[in-house]
Amino acid sequence: MSQINRYDNRLGIWGWLGGGRWGAERYAYILHRITGLGILFYFLLHIVVTSLRAKGIYLWAGHGFLHQPIFEFAEYVVFAAFAYHACNGIRLVLVELGFAVGKPIEPVYPYKTSLNVQRPLLVCMMILTAVFLAIGGYAALIE
Amino acid sequence: MNRTKYWTWHMAAGVVLLFLLGLHMLIMHMVGTAHWFAPYGTEPDSLQNSLFRDGKLFFTVTYILLLGVALYHGLYGLRTILFELTLKPAFEETITVVLLVVGLGLFGLGTWAAVAAHGIALAGARG
Repeated sequence: MSQINRYDNRLGIWGWLGGGRWGAERYAYILHRITGLGILFYFLLHIVVTSLRAKGIYLWAGHGFLHQPIFEFAEYVVFAAFAYHACNGIRLVLVELGFAVGKPIEPVYPYKTSLNVQRPLLVCMMILTAVFLAIGGYAALIE
Repeated sequence: MNRTKYWTWHMAAGVVLLFLLGLHMLIMHMVGTAHWFAPYGTEPDSLQNSLFRDGKLFFTVTYILLLGVALYHGLYGLRTILFELTLKPAFEETITVVLLVVGLGLFGLGTWAAVAAHGIALAGARG
C-alpha cells in the first residue's frame, strides 16, 4: 500500500471556490460559506456595538450614528445573507442526515447521481429565500 | 470522534439559531410584529424600547443564549473553512486556541453587557 501524504490532496483557495462538475448544489454551498463569513463579521461588530449600551452608549437609537441610509441598506444585506444562509442551512442539515437524497442503490452502469434527486429541495429552499427577501425588502421600504 | 461530535453541535447550534435569530428578526425588524415588545412608539430600536427589553429577564437570558450559540456556530464554521487548507498541525492548533480565546472573550463581553444593561434598566424603572 502506498503511503498517503497529508499534503498531496491540497487544493488551496481553489478548493474553497471551485465547484468543478458538482453543479448548483456545490455553488449554493460556496455561497453558504460566503454569507456565513459575512454574517460572522457583522455579528462580531454587533456584539461590540450593542455591548456599549452597558456604558450608556446607544449608537442605534434616535439620531444615533447607525441611523444613516448606508447602515439601513447594510442591515438589509445582512438580513438577506441570513435568509439565504438559514434556508440553505436547512437543506444542508437535511442532506447531511440523509433526507432528500434518495435511497441507496446498486452502483450499476449507467450510474445515477443523487444530485438529481436532491435538486427539488434546492429549488424549494431558493424559492423560500426569495419569499423572505421580498418580505424583508417590503418591511425595509415602508419603515 | 471529537470532530464528529463538534460538527454535530455545529449543526444543532444552527437549528437553535434558526429559532432565536428568527425571533430576533420578528421583534426587531419586522414591521408587522416589532410592536410586540416595543410599547413606546413605533421604533423597536428606540432608547425607551431598548431599556424596556433590557429590563425583562427573558430578553437577558435569550441574549446570552443567542450570543453563546451564535459564537460557537460562527467560529466553528470559520475554523472548518480554514482547516480545509490542510494547514500544518501546529498552525491548526494555534487557530483553535485563537478562536477559543476570541469566542470566550466576546462571550464574556456580551454577557457582562446584557447583565449590566438589565441592572441599568431595572434601576431606571425604579427611578
